[in-house]
Amino acid sequence: MATLPAETPDFFHRGPSPATRLVFVGLLSILLLFLDTRYRYLEQLREVVAVVLHPVQRAAALPGEAMAEVAGYFASKRELERENEALRARLAEVGVVAQGAGTTRAENERLRALLDLRSRHGGEAHAVQVLYKGRDPFSQKLVVDKGRDDGIAAGTAVVDADGVVGQVTRVYPHMAEVTLVTDKDHVIPVTIERSGSRAVMTGSGAGRAPELRFIPPTADVRVGDLLVTSGLDGTYPPGLAVAKVAAVDRDTGQIFAQIALQPLAGVDRSNQLLVLGPVAELPPRPEEPQPADADRKGGKAKARRGG
Amino acid sequence: MSVAIRLPPLTPADPNEVLRPAKAWFVAATLVGALAANLVPLPPAALVLRPDFLALVILYWCIQAPRHVGVGVAWMMGLTMDVGDATLLGQHALAYAFLAYAAEYFRRRVLRFPLWQQAAQVAVLLALCAALVLLVRFVGGAPLPRWSYFVPALVGALLWPPLSVLLQLPQRPLRSSTTL
Repeated sequence: MATLPAETPDFFHRGPSPATRLVFVGLLSILLLFLDTRYRYLEQLREVVAVVLHPVQRAAALPGEAMAEVAGYFASKRELERENEALRARLAEVGVVAQGAGTTRAENERLRALLDLRSRHGGEAHAVQVLYKGRDPFSQKLVVDKGRDDGIAAGTAVVDADGVVGQVTRVYPHMAEVTLVTDKDHVIPVTIERSGSRAVMTGSGAGRAPELRFIPPTADVRVGDLLVTSGLDGTYPPGLAVAKVAAVDRDTGQIFAQIALQPLAGVDRSNQLLVLGPVAELPPRPEEPQPADADRKGGKAKARRGG
Repeated sequence: MSVAIRLPPLTPADPNEVLRPAKAWFVAATLVGALAANLVPLPPAALVLRPDFLALVILYWCIQAPRHVGVGVAWMMGLTMDVGDATLLGQHALAYAFLAYAAEYFRRRVLRFPLWQQAAQVAVLLALCAALVLLVRFVGGAPLPRWSYFVPALVGALLWPPLSVLLQLPQRPLRSSTTL
């Protein structure tokens, strides 16, 4: 009598079971998440995927661009005239300011030259367009349409007409990621323009106002105060407008005042942004003076060894 | 004798209707299309509502064409989405892989339900997926988002019936009526 094989033959072999696969890719994902949070080993992997993804991103941006074009085509003549008029008025307004600024700048430059100070900001800038805003509710990021091949470097400041929008945090060949000032992990050193005191502005995530942290309740901060970059970080050029103080809550029971801010730039709205050139490097930090007694000890040890 | 070929109606397929196997290129094209749909720039208000099209399409193909799309493909698509969305590498990948795995259990019975009941089950799956991402980010130190975090999962579930009808269209046999 012929015997049947103990096991049914594997007719439809389809590799490891879904459970095995899930465990495998799950562990791999957790490893990737860990590496991406703690270290920066994965930038090359990201870059490879980004190059593959680039045409898809461009295609996704097309409908919006086409809509804008069609809308522009149908903009009525009267609307254009009105806009033209408004722009002309604005130009006159700005022209006056610009003249003043021109003389101030010339004077400033002379004074700086006298003091042999290097101008910190290189002056070069790239106009970029926002491709899309990240969907991730946990971070506040934008993707813009220029990258390393266009001369954009990671770490440079991004501004719009009204103030600081954020900072380039990652560059790909043809696009770049911008972390907004409202991102939870984003911090800018600022100066309160009125009082000149220094502070640090910290983002609080989507939908929440950024805040000034670690300011004592007695500090001189008022609603409406303008905050400008202090330039102490070597990332943002000094003097760019960042935010206005929206609310100050001085609860004497707390160690620090709670100061809510309103960013000046259209962080959620602006589509045309300017990426500033890298800031000239700050002079190196002076070396810590060697503590005298350590020196003496070293000397003694040496002497002992010598003897 | 004339042969008239009528396109299948825009209604959900009867559970007993035998669908033709999906073409690999069609599956790939819809996946890329969903990826592009996820990257379309939108005003912030719309961003709150926007469903994850890629998750929906992956779920659909995991149920309908498990030979083409499984845990591995879902994971790769998730990685691409992570780069496109500037999130932590592995966040979407983990969620989509989980979705593909869940679909494996899901698919034997889900097609027996009418579409709106399928949608209810899809809502649960998408919400679980969102919760998984939330857990990962929470462990990573992110603050808890507001309740609107789960709105895209609901919108996604509402989109499930129309999406199913659209995606199964090319697989339905053309009905030819012969008249003498």
